[in-house]
Amino acid sequence: MSSTALLAIIGMGVATYLTRLSGFYLLRSVNLSGPMKAALDALPPAVLMAVIAPVILTTGWAESIAAAITAIAAFYRLPLTVTIVIGIVSVVLLRSVLG
Amino acid sequence: MNSKTRDFLSGVAEVAPVMVAYIPIGLLWGTLAAAKGISPLEALMMSVIVFAGSAQFVAVDMWHDPVPVLLLTFTALIVNIRHVLMSASLSRHIDAIPRVLQPIVAYFLTDESWALAERRAQQEPLTLAFYLGVSLPLAATWWIATGTGAMLGRALGDPSAIGLDFAFSAMFISILMGFWKGPSTAGVLVASGAVAAATHLVFDGPWYIVAGGLAGALYAYLTWRAEDVA
Repeated sequence: MSSTALLAIIGMGVATYLTRLSGFYLLRSVNLSGPMKAALDALPPAVLMAVIAPVILTTGWAESIAAAITAIAAFYRLPLTVTIVIGIVSVVLLRSVLG
Repeated sequence: MNSKTRDFLSGVAEVAPVMVAYIPIGLLWGTLAAAKGISPLEALMMSVIVFAGSAQFVAVDMWHDPVPVLLLTFTALIVNIRHVLMSASLSRHIDAIPRVLQPIVAYFLTDESWALAERRAQQEPLTLAFYLGVSLPLAATWWIATGTGAMLGRALGDPSAIGLDFAFSAMFISILMGFWKGPSTAGVLVASGAVAAATHLVFDGPWYIVAGGLAGALYAYLTWRAEDVA
């Protein structure tokens, strides 16, 4: 193993770990009330929406429609695993139809 | 069965479909790494030490001889900046986890484990047992799949051919629905989705997650009214 490869892996590892750890200490001194609390409460759905936005909004009709079907399945509180399978089956069928 | 075992097993049950989806992605990454001349040992070390799918894909893409150490380090930081938002949000739910063990939680924090942990925290206090039930199988799958891909040097086909690439989106959508709290949530999602999609179309890289997440939070901040607190 080359030493530069090892250095790169360690550098990437440290950088990645810092992003994962820093958030735990970020809010220690922040007063969590009022609008600040509202903003933090909104963070999980906002980040989740941002993660999926390119796939469901900018990829194609198959992905957008499959996302809607998945959302409906989740709305009816089907178990997570079932919802994921419904999403996968939908996207495969829709891609073959709309392909 | 004691409560720790039960928590651990419910974590395993929730993460099972995601594990399946990790396999072809991990094999694919290992294959790409091998094609760039990264040895199986280096690939496995990267999966263990970095343990971040999207950062690893970007790194393999940029990998050449001599290895650009600083550029790769900086890129990993940028690609994973979204984890600052995720760990900040999760920090409000880790009180049941001893302070000295919280660095372990941070190591295992991925988009998927974060989403499942946030979902759990909505229903009951997040325990280390549940979190490890989610994280250990996920990490083991990633290590084994990426290492195997690097050794085989060829993937078992395109994950998108059987729709497995959509498994992650489907999981995030399901978990997202659990955060629905009425019309105010709609505003957050529109702000986040619009800003994330626009950012994705304009800028390369994963900035869209940070931009969308902050836009949604900013919307909630700006539209907050004192009388909303019942």
